[in-house]
Amino acid sequence: MRKWGLLAAALSLTLAACGGGGTTTGTATTTGGEGGTTATATGGSRLNAVQQRGQLICGVEGTIPGFSSIGSDGSYTGLDVDVCRAVAAAVLGDPEAVEYRNLDSTERFTALRGGEVDMLSRNTTWTLSRDAAGGNAMEFAPTTFFDAQGMMVRADSGVQTLEDMEGQSICVETGTTTELNLTSRMTELGVTYTDVKFQDGNETAQAYLEGRCDGFTSDKSQLNARRSNFSNPDEHIILDVSMSKEPLGPVTMNNDSAWYDTVKWVVYGLIQAEEFGITQANVQQIAGSTDNADIKLLLGVEGDLGTQLGLQPDFMVNAIEAVGNYGEIYDRNIGDDIPRGLNQLWTEGGLMYSPPFR
Amino acid sequence: MTATSPTTAPLRGPQPTPIAWLQKNLFNSWFNSILTLVLGGILAWALINLVTWALTDARWEVIPANLPLYFVGRYPSDQYWRLWIALGLISALAGLSWGVLARNVSFLFTRGALIILGVLAVIGVLMPTPPLYRFLTVSLILICAVTAWLGRSLARQLPNLGQWLSLGWIASFFVVLWLISGGLGLPPVSTNAWTGLLLTLLLSVVSTVLSFPLGVILALGRQSSLPVVRWLSTIYIELVRGVPLLAILFMGQVMIPLFLPEGARPDRVVRAIAALTLFTAAYLAENVRGGLQAIPRGQVEAARSLGLNTPLTMGFIVLPQALKIAIPAIVGQFISLFQDTTLVSIVGLLELLGISRAIISTPPFIGLTRETYLFIGLLYWVLCYSMSIGSRKIEEKLHTGH
Repeated sequence: MRKWGLLAAALSLTLAACGGGGTTTGTATTTGGEGGTTATATGGSRLNAVQQRGQLICGVEGTIPGFSSIGSDGSYTGLDVDVCRAVAAAVLGDPEAVEYRNLDSTERFTALRGGEVDMLSRNTTWTLSRDAAGGNAMEFAPTTFFDAQGMMVRADSGVQTLEDMEGQSICVETGTTTELNLTSRMTELGVTYTDVKFQDGNETAQAYLEGRCDGFTSDKSQLNARRSNFSNPDEHIILDVSMSKEPLGPVTMNNDSAWYDTVKWVVYGLIQAEEFGITQANVQQIAGSTDNADIKLLLGVEGDLGTQLGLQPDFMVNAIEAVGNYGEIYDRNIGDDIPRGLNQLWTEGGLMYSPPFR
Repeated sequence: MTATSPTTAPLRGPQPTPIAWLQKNLFNSWFNSILTLVLGGILAWALINLVTWALTDARWEVIPANLPLYFVGRYPSDQYWRLWIALGLISALAGLSWGVLARNVSFLFTRGALIILGVLAVIGVLMPTPPLYRFLTVSLILICAVTAWLGRSLARQLPNLGQWLSLGWIASFFVVLWLISGGLGLPPVSTNAWTGLLLTLLLSVVSTVLSFPLGVILALGRQSSLPVVRWLSTIYIELVRGVPLLAILFMGQVMIPLFLPEGARPDRVVRAIAALTLFTAAYLAENVRGGLQAIPRGQVEAARSLGLNTPLTMGFIVLPQALKIAIPAIVGQFISLFQDTTLVSIVGLLELLGISRAIISTPPFIGLTRETYLFIGLLYWVLCYSMSIGSRKIEEKLHTGH
């Protein structure tokens, strides 16, 4: 009997120790953690959960230059990050009310499905299987960046097209659609090549730089970002071929129209703002002085478009004030590294097109 | 040296000249001479390349520019003062403990201790940070030295100081946690902002503190004469030791959200701590069991014949000896726990390795992998090596001899 007593005493001691540690660390989570239970249970939509919590939890990649990365002061920057900030500004009125979660490609959908994050803004390619109810069952908000897979080679190698790469070796990150695209494109062209696979984008680039392969394939945006930081960028060229279509955009859960519509229309609003010439600097002034009926609707000076989404009427004013219009976001984060190409407005020959705010 | 200990002098003989030493150890046969030349050449070549790279090609600006990021990650900079207070508390306690341990030594500041303090102070002064931080770093070292001197003088008058100090360490654990996390009057800092070396240290210290009692209980349970307790302990230990740590971490970060409702879920950092604790406890239990089995049966019998019951026998006779024997293995386990914290960067927590990977993907620093990894490698080495020095000191202290 005595032994049992000892064991019970020891056990309760440890439990107390664990409990103590748990609660002390737990106090910090109330603001940042998963505070949305009650909202999910009663209100139904993520939108209510986010509004009740007063904070948006946004899943980002965290290590893609230009899209989401951590600056020296510890703040997140990038195009994907600005989309999160715009949504937070539109929904909560505060672009800083965002908690970022770094998610890698394997856990991004699980995290979204499990409710760990409210939305993904994480360089995710829109495909049927990820969208369909029988697949990953996600909802894709409008594309914020039309990317394409490209190929980087050394400028002095004389390679102009993919066909020139016969018999050469190519560095590629494994477990991505990039790897599959490379295989299918090269098979289609009948080009034999050796692939050298890596687990991580940094390693892949490093291996290419060290000369372990003749070519380096990845999304063009990433190739450009990496090349701009090589010690001799001019020694490398990116071939003028697109090996795949990679429409990247924010993602939310299926079966939650209210939340999906919010994210979707905030993104459209940023595109529409560029079309109207509304910028971070002049949005307040335009909202106060415009005579254009369409702009009045977009900025909530007239009508109740915001209220219909479950937001404040001036939600787009907040979003634009926080991050600017789509063009400004692009220039700030991607800038001259990559010509806008498909990411131009439809009026300039690109694919950025917003349905009307009416 | 030879003058003070004449008995050892004849054994050691005169100091060989460097050339004689070389001849004896490196060039004593033609084969060894070739081996020495070839290996020495390769080493010299590698060293020259490394130094050339470090002095010319390497772009070290990535380290100073991101120093706060490496150390405290995304912790809000207007709350740094809390971390400094926590560090001050720890330095003071460390100094006091040092003083108490050295209460019977005539010279507190031996040459070795002075060298270590001096090196730390030089690093503190030369750190590429704002002057305020340099000043604070040097103050920390001063606090440590002053409290050490204080501790020694106090311990000579108050023999119970050691016990109070142990209590102080336990209390400081909770105070430091409170300082870091906030609440109770301080603005709370979300665990999402706990990153960099701060998170690494937090994960390893909290997991170490929690896994130690759990491991001892499991070891005792495995030795128990009660079958249910023995089986449960054995099953737990073998089950956990049969699964890789990464799988347990994935389980915590990816699976738990699937079967626990939102809100009932522990925080991500807590989940990582739980995974590390449960994993380490199983290994620790086996280390402690090794110690327990090394205690001769006569010790228990002697305790019984003195009329001690089981808890007293365990608490006063068996465990102190068993744990002393197991110290090297236990510290080894804690060092490997410290290194295992890097795995949480795979499940999206930004500890030292995770934040480094983020830094080398930030536009001005893309591709500066070598500089970054060398730097954090050095940090890991310094921390692990100080842990093992600490364990050796404790062993010496506890070596009461048989």
